[in-house]
Amino acid sequence: MKKKRTQLFALGNEAVVEGALLAGCTFFAGYPITPSSEIMEVMAQRLPMEEDSVFIQMEDEIASMGAIIGASLAGRKVMTATSGPGFSLMQELIGYGCMVEAPMVIVNVMRGGPSTGLPTSPAQGDVQMARWGTHGDHPIIVLSASTVQQCLDMTITAFNFAEKYRTPVILLLDEVTAHTRERFELPFAEEYEVFSRITPSVPPEWFHPFQDSLRGVPPMPPLGAGYRVHVTGLTHDEMGFPTQRPEEIEEAISRLFRKIDQFYPDIMMVEEYKTEDAEVAVIAYGSVARSAHHAVDRAREEGVKAGLLELKTLFPFPRPQVVKLARRCKCLLVPEMNMGQMSREVKRVNNGITRVRTINRVDGRIITPTQILKNLTQI
Amino acid sequence: MSEVTQLIHHYLRHNKKFPHMLCAGCGHGILLGSLIRSVHNAGLSKDEVVVISGIGCSGRLAVYVDFNTIHTTHGRALTFATGIKMANPELVVIVLMGDGDALSIGGNHLIHAARRNIGVNAIILNNEIYGMTGGQCSSTTPQDCFSMTTPFGQLEKSFDIVDMALASGANFVARTTAFHAQLTDEVIGQALANPGFNLIEFFSPCHTQYGRKNKYKNAIAMYQDLKSKTMDVDKYKALEESKREGVMPIGVFLKRDDPALETRYAGVRAKLQEAKQKKAEAAKAAQAKPAKAKEPKPDKGAKGKETKQDKGDKA
Repeated sequence: MKKKRTQLFALGNEAVVEGALLAGCTFFAGYPITPSSEIMEVMAQRLPMEEDSVFIQMEDEIASMGAIIGASLAGRKVMTATSGPGFSLMQELIGYGCMVEAPMVIVNVMRGGPSTGLPTSPAQGDVQMARWGTHGDHPIIVLSASTVQQCLDMTITAFNFAEKYRTPVILLLDEVTAHTRERFELPFAEEYEVFSRITPSVPPEWFHPFQDSLRGVPPMPPLGAGYRVHVTGLTHDEMGFPTQRPEEIEEAISRLFRKIDQFYPDIMMVEEYKTEDAEVAVIAYGSVARSAHHAVDRAREEGVKAGLLELKTLFPFPRPQVVKLARRCKCLLVPEMNMGQMSREVKRVNNGITRVRTINRVDGRIITPTQILKNLTQI
Repeated sequence: MSEVTQLIHHYLRHNKKFPHMLCAGCGHGILLGSLIRSVHNAGLSKDEVVVISGIGCSGRLAVYVDFNTIHTTHGRALTFATGIKMANPELVVIVLMGDGDALSIGGNHLIHAARRNIGVNAIILNNEIYGMTGGQCSSTTPQDCFSMTTPFGQLEKSFDIVDMALASGANFVARTTAFHAQLTDEVIGQALANPGFNLIEFFSPCHTQYGRKNKYKNAIAMYQDLKSKTMDVDKYKALEESKREGVMPIGVFLKRDDPALETRYAGVRAKLQEAKQKKAEAAKAAQAKPAKAKEPKPDKGAKGKETKQDKGDKA
């Protein structure tokens, strides 16, 4: 007999918490901000009950980031959640996280901007900021989710990527996804993979904390385990000490990029829907992907051969999948709730192969299936 | 002397870090020496000590000592310390900050760390100036003093770190100076043994950036000044109000042992675990019963538990 999965009916924000707990998150620090506060509230309720877990409310988003990086260095799986204004404050320490290679998950529930903007309305205006927000050249992984079920799944994935590649991972939700209440299922333990960071297997005196290897991801000891590593945001050599030598700087920074670059196939996640014979393809992410899904169905009814490429990984940008689609289609349609942030990427990789059209909406309302359908039928 | 050599070999990192970058006459090295002696006297192992520093001259101290060391961003050292102490309360966390670090960019974190009484030992190395960036005024530069950004004298008032820590709710507050190495050893030792948020203000003369612009002939003159203007805090309290002008009290201002945040959190967790266990036992007992009695009671109990967990959101 088949076991039945536990079904829940809850907000996207609550699904994020479920996902985090399944992935082994044991430390959450945050600061309240609409529309991400539910993540923090549920964490405050759940974490103290879990085995050896910590919840703490900090004095601002900068402090939240500091606390989770500290806890990450102490060996915890960590997370924080915020929205636009808080995400802006976090940027400096996201860069620090990239530099010291601290695994962590940052959930950003996007709301209308700029500045205080529209606290309770959806937008997708933080896409490029998630990629390039912190100063300096750095690699980063940005994921997205369109349904409540995906909120859970992608949170688990985010933790796995963070631990696997020792990097900050940003989960970009929008207000609609976060505040949609719908049914979702908790996967069985054998249905999902949980990855934890690799700890050093050599004795402390042999250990080089930032040594290059084939994977490019060095093992990470927790504080207090006897390895006495020096952790610094300054550009450091493989022993972790600040360096000014060009050859060491070059090696350190290029390894940071390579450790993500060489695993592109693992990281780039997309979902294709009716794209096999599509003549026009919609490329969407977040809540817009749901509208697009519906619009594609309706366009098919009207005889338009439409398809959908839903981006689950936003950065590194899923170039191969988009190029493949561009070669086959007459037109790519990119609807998004901003003035054209992802369409820049699509146009960049399209590089003249086919036509790229955009739908942009910044009035605090969602892009409806009808709006996408109208564009699909016009092409 | 051999003892000192032993300490140096045991606690300082040997490869690639020396010569250090501190100027002649700087007080930071005196603090680092004190810190090492205090940790040694407290009998702590190097593995359990975490030294966290911010940015600036004080920020560079962490790299020289052979503990778990973290050189963080400007002003945020205390937030890292909070995360680390909560994540692993077994660790002994020592935070080294400059005055710009602790009071300007990180002022908010300082008062909140003190308020929440997290078990961290914070040492503020106060040199009354931004040394590493070239001598700009800081929030502890005294009024009317000169710096690169106050060429006509500082107009603003300066912070009193001790008063601020007392007002914010720290467990242990002390002030010492680079001239008083023995006192520094003693207060750091006391802080390491005290629970909760312990704050030590350490006056560290900076002749290179501050002294030269403020008519101190040399570093020695700054140390002599520290010697002449400081007074034990108990004596200072007995002093008449009119005679207090220009006198800097040093010593331990406050010492109490309120439980630290991580201890209180552990307490709450223990309570929750206990309640959870009781509930599980009750459920077990309820399940065991119906085998004897015919009433199918356990269903009710199990259902009640489930709905409570899922808040009745079962589809």
